[in-house]
Amino acid sequence: MKIGFRNHPFLVNLSLLAAALLLSAAAGPVFIPPGAVSRILADQLPGIALQQDWPQAFETILLRIRLPHTALMALAGAALASSGAAYQGVFRNPLADPYLIGVASGAGLGAVIAMSIRWPAEWRGLYPIPLAAFIGAVLTIALVYSIARVGQTLPTTTLILAGVAVSSFATSLTSFLMFRSTSELRRAIGWMLGSSVLTGWEPFLAALPYAVIGMGALVISGHALNVLQYGEEQAQQLGLSAERAKALILVAASLTTATAVAFTGIIGFVGLIVPHFVRILWGGDYRRLLPLSILGGAWFLLMADLLARTLLAPQVLPVGIVTALAGAPFFLWVLRSAKGQAFW
Amino acid sequence: MLEINSLTVNFGKFTALDKVTLDVNPGEVLAIIGPNGAGKSTLIRAASGVIPSRSGSICIGGQDMKGLSTSERARYLAVVPQARSLPPAFTVYQTILLGRTPYLGWLGQTKAQDHFLAQQSLERVELGKLAERRVSELSGGEQQRVLLARALAQGAEVLLLDEPTTHLDLHYQALLLNLIRRLVSENNLSVMMALHDLNLAGLYADRVALLVGGKIQASGSAKEVLTEKNLAGVYNMPVHVIPHPEYGTPLILPDGHGMTVSH
Repeated sequence: MKIGFRNHPFLVNLSLLAAALLLSAAAGPVFIPPGAVSRILADQLPGIALQQDWPQAFETILLRIRLPHTALMALAGAALASSGAAYQGVFRNPLADPYLIGVASGAGLGAVIAMSIRWPAEWRGLYPIPLAAFIGAVLTIALVYSIARVGQTLPTTTLILAGVAVSSFATSLTSFLMFRSTSELRRAIGWMLGSSVLTGWEPFLAALPYAVIGMGALVISGHALNVLQYGEEQAQQLGLSAERAKALILVAASLTTATAVAFTGIIGFVGLIVPHFVRILWGGDYRRLLPLSILGGAWFLLMADLLARTLLAPQVLPVGIVTALAGAPFFLWVLRSAKGQAFW
Repeated sequence: MLEINSLTVNFGKFTALDKVTLDVNPGEVLAIIGPNGAGKSTLIRAASGVIPSRSGSICIGGQDMKGLSTSERARYLAVVPQARSLPPAFTVYQTILLGRTPYLGWLGQTKAQDHFLAQQSLERVELGKLAERRVSELSGGEQQRVLLARALAQGAEVLLLDEPTTHLDLHYQALLLNLIRRLVSENNLSVMMALHDLNLAGLYADRVALLVGGKIQASGSAKEVLTEKNLAGVYNMPVHVIPHPEYGTPLILPDGHGMTVSH
């Protein structure tokens, strides 16, 4: 059975990403035709000067509001999907999603604590926030891992239960901070829930370096993740320093998750849905799974965000509601079929 | 050659291996036999360095394994685990190629030499036709041979096998062990394998070591070790040992205490 899209995974995902970027930039309270979007973008490139046949407002909306939002969402989707794939690989657990294992909530708590100490006065102040989220994420993963571990094994269900418990705890701490908050922290909470307190390119630019480091480290760890699929002992017998590899990948995945959470709030299930479909369609080789999850996560979250912005327009739904609507039934499906799946 | 000298492993207060001393020469198969819980798997794991030993040493060709990095050790010594819960997503060839891990960098970039050796290992275990099949589509016997090929691709001179025949039927047991014998003589490998089946140990091993409660109770040729006296005490039941009608190797028959069916 030779199906075209099966043989060209990168082409398929790049095309979908391009389409999603264009749609996301076009759609909104003011519709900008995709043709105009393309021409305005081309006009920005050095050495190209087009005859301006679009309203100036289009250019302002596109460059100051739409594109920064689109870029941030694409980055967050890529980060959540790739860290989900990496967690699944390290824990050898099909349900390990950054949201379900509590890392996202831990990162959120870290970010909110940082913002409650001092709300950034200017955009450079944004850089420490992902770091605080990262610390929250790493502490959470360590806690969940040590709770969920039964002897030498990490059963699927205990990992999720420990994740839920730790996640609830982190979320209630976040709520507690919110209740006794000053007005500045209320802004932080709004931000965490995905409302656009900050607009413009600053959040994207603050997230970019962390995301590049985190996702870069994940992409080059594909071979190690492949070897780890045989379990820690066999991985060692095959010549991989399994403990070191796992620690490195977990740190990279947590940095990646934390980056997404610090600037787009807690969005669940992207890290579950995207890697699964990549696995079903293009197999479980992590050297392909990770880059494909990055591309897939980016267009998937862009489409979810598009729905969130258009379903009840002019009202904007938090994108996490859309991903959860799709993701929770999917979670149940994976949970029921987690055993004996040929593609996992 | 593999030399294990006075190897002791503790799990908390429990002594799992107690001053185990063994050696395996090149071109030789040593079978580790013993009752359940005697420490056969622990010996394989400790020898491969995945669980720490309290004292003792493991040397291969005079090189002490202590102080070697994980990847250096994997070039001296390869392990064939039991074929169960293998990641099903990889193809046969991808699985075997992972045997080259000790020679690859973090990125896992393979060179022509790695593919040559993986292909060679694939053909040695006679799975050439299944190269592109997913491991999950294979039978237990075929999966076990994939793992054998993966170990061969490691290019190690010592091969450790942990009960490779446990889940296989009679045909696949014979197929696998014949294959192992042939590979041992062709490549001058030193093989140590934990075996449950005493008759297979008698048929296929040059030497047999009887492990009981973490201690080597007897070692030597199959005829010397697989005696009624040794086995009755260890397995806590009377047994009969008769010579194999064709090879004269010891065959072990359980004694049914007169409760068995009679014809």
